[in-house]
Amino acid sequence: MDRKTQLTILAAAAAVALLAAVPVIGSRALVQDLFGVLTLLVLALNWNMLAGFSGLVSVGQQAFVGIGAYVMFACVILLGMDPLAGVLVGGLAAMALAVPMAAFAFRLNGAYFAIGTWVAADIVRLVTSQWQALGGGTGTSLPKGTTKEMIFVQPVKDLLGGSSAAAADAVTYWVALALAVAMLGISYGFLRSRMGLALQAVRDNVEAARSVGIDPLRLKAMVFLLTAFGTGLAGALIFIQITRVTPEAAFSVIDWTAFVIFVTVIGGIGTLPGPILGVAVFYALERLLADYGTAYLILLGLIGMGAMLFARRGLWGWIADRTGFDPLPLSHRPPAPPSFTDLSDPVTQRS
Amino acid sequence: MSILSLNSVSKSFGALKVTDDVSFDLAPGEALGIIGPNGAGKSTLFNLISGNLRPDQGAVLLDGHDVTGETPMQRCRRGIGRSFQIPQPFGHLSVYENLLVAAEFGGRVPGHDAPGLCMDILGRCGLAAQATAPAGSLPLLSRKRLELARAMATQPRVILLDEIAGGLTEGECVALVSTIRRIHDEGTAIIWIEHVLHALTSVVERLMVLNFGRMLMIGQPDEVMAAPEVKEIYLGIEA
Repeated sequence: MDRKTQLTILAAAAAVALLAAVPVIGSRALVQDLFGVLTLLVLALNWNMLAGFSGLVSVGQQAFVGIGAYVMFACVILLGMDPLAGVLVGGLAAMALAVPMAAFAFRLNGAYFAIGTWVAADIVRLVTSQWQALGGGTGTSLPKGTTKEMIFVQPVKDLLGGSSAAAADAVTYWVALALAVAMLGISYGFLRSRMGLALQAVRDNVEAARSVGIDPLRLKAMVFLLTAFGTGLAGALIFIQITRVTPEAAFSVIDWTAFVIFVTVIGGIGTLPGPILGVAVFYALERLLADYGTAYLILLGLIGMGAMLFARRGLWGWIADRTGFDPLPLSHRPPAPPSFTDLSDPVTQRS
Repeated sequence: MSILSLNSVSKSFGALKVTDDVSFDLAPGEALGIIGPNGAGKSTLFNLISGNLRPDQGAVLLDGHDVTGETPMQRCRRGIGRSFQIPQPFGHLSVYENLLVAAEFGGRVPGHDAPGLCMDILGRCGLAAQATAPAGSLPLLSRKRLELARAMATQPRVILLDEIAGGLTEGECVALVSTIRRIHDEGTAIIWIEHVLHALTSVVERLMVLNFGRMLMIGQPDEVMAAPEVKEIYLGIEA
């Protein structure tokens, strides 16, 4: 690991520490806002793994958000489980749903894959709206006081003071932060590995990848299942905070896929820091233009179109190309050829 | 025993028979050239050997083992390396990474040996200076070299080369021939499709002529080139 990467990790650790301190030093509104930003980041990191690094342009990620949310609600309402345990089960359920979805969608390529995942997600929405125990088409709410009795809430309340509701917000916020950090770390580790390199080879050229001994199906299936897990966890967590679920909200293609695509494209699809930059832009626009209704969405759309036309690798790609700054390089650097380690070089002689 | 055998392999695209009852054996370490007019089915034959296409009839054997039902991935790991006539680089990866992934997966080279091996191959193929360049940014000639280099990185025992000399200058062609000859000297069997005949015949021990999907002749290069029917399709069209 070189110096630049060490410094980046140090800076990232400082940023994470600062974010972790927000429930202690910041307002409850800020905690809620940043919770939204962090969960959006988790969704974007997952979608970027699919579309940016695996060539799987899914428009059906809302299926995993929705199933994660619904299964979490089922765990709480029907089984009396703790909501956070329900989040884990929701994530696992999303991963289980990804198996039949992959079996169907992996027969399709390109635009048909995108449409196929969308259709599959809508079928899941329609089926879920028949789930009468969870309110059918009109949805249901978490029982009153559920989040206040959630694990960790009481100790956090004792520690920070304030209301139980604020403590519950702090707990879900920290879980979201942990999830985002874990997603980033796992993505970086995976993409740097030989599997990650093979995945990018598959994205670039499936036929050539097969001919150099790579199994594209296995890699893609693995990524599809793991990102479904991450997306399902995020979905379940989001709906703990909302406390109410309906099929339309939980399986919203706009909220859980379209925004995510915009954020990723603006920040830089196929780059690791891209989604972080994307959610930062999204949040900044939302804050700056909060008084002008949906103006921030219009501007977001225009920036997204600009990125697609003029900066194909988004803001991050644009910055990296101009400055050469790449603090978390995914590339494998070749070893220096022997001729470069000249014996007359004083540095080499000393060591 | 032959390293690669084709037994009566046929393939049709609709009504068009692109490979028609082709059979031959390749000895370990042998270099075989394939010539024939455009559309003769040369690249299709490669796709049948590498597994990118499945034959309608017949069998492909590697080391006497029937691999007809195996995927390109499995065949690559067994030792068939290939280049594509139209280069198919992993465009967003660097030139070096194109080789690294081929060595680690197709060649099953252990992680700590792979970097040195890849740099060695890049050096031999004249690509060392472009190691860190994105493969998608290379000009055509470098892309063709990359096809050869990446196929070599999979540590093949049979390497399939599809028109990698076309468009080279005389000097570049000489360098390419010496690279291929060295691969040959190290004991790798080669099947080479090429229109640049003098480059081809300076390496291969046997020459096969394909025409309309059928194997017209196979034998010593000079005998094959002297045959009247070869002169007819070759010189009749090209000269």
